[in-house]
Amino acid sequence: MRAYLDHAATTPVLPQAVTAVAAELGHVGNPSSLHTAGRAARRRVEEHRERIAAALGARPSEVVFTASGTEADNLAVKGLYWSRSASDPRCRRVLVPAVEHHAVLDAAEWLATTQGADVQLLPVDGLGRLDLDALDAALAHEPDRIALVSVMWANNEVGTLQPVAEVVARAQRVGVPVHSDAVQAVGQVPVDVAASGVHALTVSGHKLGGPPGAAALLLRPDVAVTPLLHGGGQERDVRSGTLDTAGIAGLAVAVEAAVHEQPQRRARVAALREDLVARVASVVPDVLVHGDPDPEGRLPGVANLGFPGCEADALLMLLDARGVDCSTGSACSSGVAEPSHVLLAMGCDEHEATSALRFSLGWTSTAFDVDCLVAALPEALTRARAAGRLSLRGG
Amino acid sequence: MRVLAALSGGVDSAVAAARMADAGHEVTGVHLALSRTPAATRSGSRGCCSREDAHDARRVADVLDLPFYVWDVSERFQRAVVDDFVAQYAVGRTPNPCLRCNEQIKFAAVLDRALALGYDAVATGHYARREVHSDGTVTLHRAADLAKDQSYVLAVLTQQQLRHAAFPLGGDLKRAVRVEAATRGLAVAGKADSHDICFIPDGDTAGFLADALGSAPGPVVDGRSGRVLGRHQGVHGFTVGQRRGLALAEPAPDGRPRYVLGLSPVDRTVTVGPREDLAVAGAWTGAPVWCGGEPVLPLDVRAQYRAHGEAVAAQVSSADRAAGGSQPAEAAGLSVSFTVPQLGVAPGQTIAFYTGDGGEQALGSATIVGTWRP
Repeated sequence: MRAYLDHAATTPVLPQAVTAVAAELGHVGNPSSLHTAGRAARRRVEEHRERIAAALGARPSEVVFTASGTEADNLAVKGLYWSRSASDPRCRRVLVPAVEHHAVLDAAEWLATTQGADVQLLPVDGLGRLDLDALDAALAHEPDRIALVSVMWANNEVGTLQPVAEVVARAQRVGVPVHSDAVQAVGQVPVDVAASGVHALTVSGHKLGGPPGAAALLLRPDVAVTPLLHGGGQERDVRSGTLDTAGIAGLAVAVEAAVHEQPQRRARVAALREDLVARVASVVPDVLVHGDPDPEGRLPGVANLGFPGCEADALLMLLDARGVDCSTGSACSSGVAEPSHVLLAMGCDEHEATSALRFSLGWTSTAFDVDCLVAALPEALTRARAAGRLSLRGG
Repeated sequence: MRVLAALSGGVDSAVAAARMADAGHEVTGVHLALSRTPAATRSGSRGCCSREDAHDARRVADVLDLPFYVWDVSERFQRAVVDDFVAQYAVGRTPNPCLRCNEQIKFAAVLDRALALGYDAVATGHYARREVHSDGTVTLHRAADLAKDQSYVLAVLTQQQLRHAAFPLGGDLKRAVRVEAATRGLAVAGKADSHDICFIPDGDTAGFLADALGSAPGPVVDGRSGRVLGRHQGVHGFTVGQRRGLALAEPAPDGRPRYVLGLSPVDRTVTVGPREDLAVAGAWTGAPVWCGGEPVLPLDVRAQYRAHGEAVAAQVSSADRAAGGSQPAEAAGLSVSFTVPQLGVAPGQTIAFYTGDGGEQALGSATIVGTWRP
């Protein structure tokens, strides 16, 4: 038996979502077709849309289906920028916290390098939380030139929740739309789109028990975005492409279940995480715990732990060999572990940013997973620390 | 044994890893990322630096059911291999980067880390043989496939490094290795061999050096008359023994081709002359690396000074006992006298020493720092 401690990367698909996907695959019909089969498919899609909207405090018309969280983030960031800069050419500023996911950061960076955007990375504190004073200062300076603010609901690497409500309140005062990447948050903590006041919000199926390849951007109808994809005009002309009816069915079932079970799951997973952190600290006294320690200020299942004196990729490999799956911050396309941009933004030095691992628990996690980690860690850490003095980078 | 198999994405390292796994070892595949900005796909004859190669390595590990990781050695590779390559050319020398990579990366940084992580050996797809003797010492030998033999670029390894190396392909012909790869269902079975220099994907070494070193024009001088025959854009564009590309307006008086005889980066001079003036009787080297302890000198050997060159009869002695010529100040190593004068021996080249009898066992190597004429 292996311990899967990487639910923030992807989490097992719920059995009821598997059933829903399989059932939908048994039907024929393009939801855009005018005949009976098409209408039937369209009806099922619309029912799923309504269920997703209801679970997330949104209106059905706000749900724009996409093929990934990354696509939804790109649609929000690029689409809002293009739309607002088209109506006012001076409107070219994009404000994003430095700890955003690459789906937002790299989209913004692309806008800066190729589309004339002026991207401002906002600083965070030592817990990874956006510095609201810095946001205030940024918003006070020529707010009519700000195209958008994008702030994640919860950080994927350290789990810290962002002050989305405070960001929305401030942005609203100066008329700037806010996008939030809530990929890590939905199903983990309460997320209500209408109550939050965000203009656009990203949700992804495979992070909450749905199938990969099914995601959505919840987009207020009064917010204009320029599409990334052109074609058949599906999804109110915002996102062309034949709808993935099976993925959408699985997404709907999973979102509904994740939101419904969120309070109990949060309590159970948070307790497991506390146990994990305490027991790792008992065998590794100098372990660093990154992110907000307050259970109210963080995702329940993410534990980002720093192991001084070793390189995270070596420790990952040794834990993998001992049956534990976990994650370094992020890896480039060829699989090389990079220093975590999140930890660097939080004030960690280069060494700390390359010596941390993320353990993330989810709906299938049990005490057994924690037992496996605590059993495997001491020997793996001893070896990784021996190798840490022989860094491939340094010397 | 716990074995770390270096998977380049090519056919040789794939079969090497497969054989280690078949032999019952616990094998982990590692692809070494040598560049931070890899090209997307293979192009030309380049080696192992592209994303496509990383992908191919991963697919090999999948098929062999090995754990697989990518290790980022790009910074060390840049410093120890690429920067060194450029620096050597800048001072008029002709280095071999593959050899430097084995010495500084594969069997140093990577091996050291592997040992610390609990592995016993690093396995590669090099064509060379190791022999383990009853007293535990390990000797390095030429591969059975002499056309593919890579013992020259491994003759920089110390006894300690050799003990923790594995070259599972040394006893076979390349042809058989390809067949075996196909039989094992490895998609890389038909992949083209890598040759040339992996970090110069388009094979344009002169262009790469020009980019790195810029233009440093100087005279092309006739070695006998001392007359200036032309101009060049930098000594790094030339290697000793080169005939083509001299672009001299004035032909030699006897009409015979001229060759590069020497490079002097200090006064930016390229010296040229007839083929017979290339001949050297011997070479001084820097400090040698002996694969198994230091042998008793002087010693009759077969000496090889190019990766795919022939090994020729020579006698090796300590530089302080050298005869002939005036040795350079930096010659703290050996003096190598060729039985028959050699053409195209240049500073910066590594000279590998093989046993004098059959010439099969590599004894060690050293870098040439100077030569003397017959």
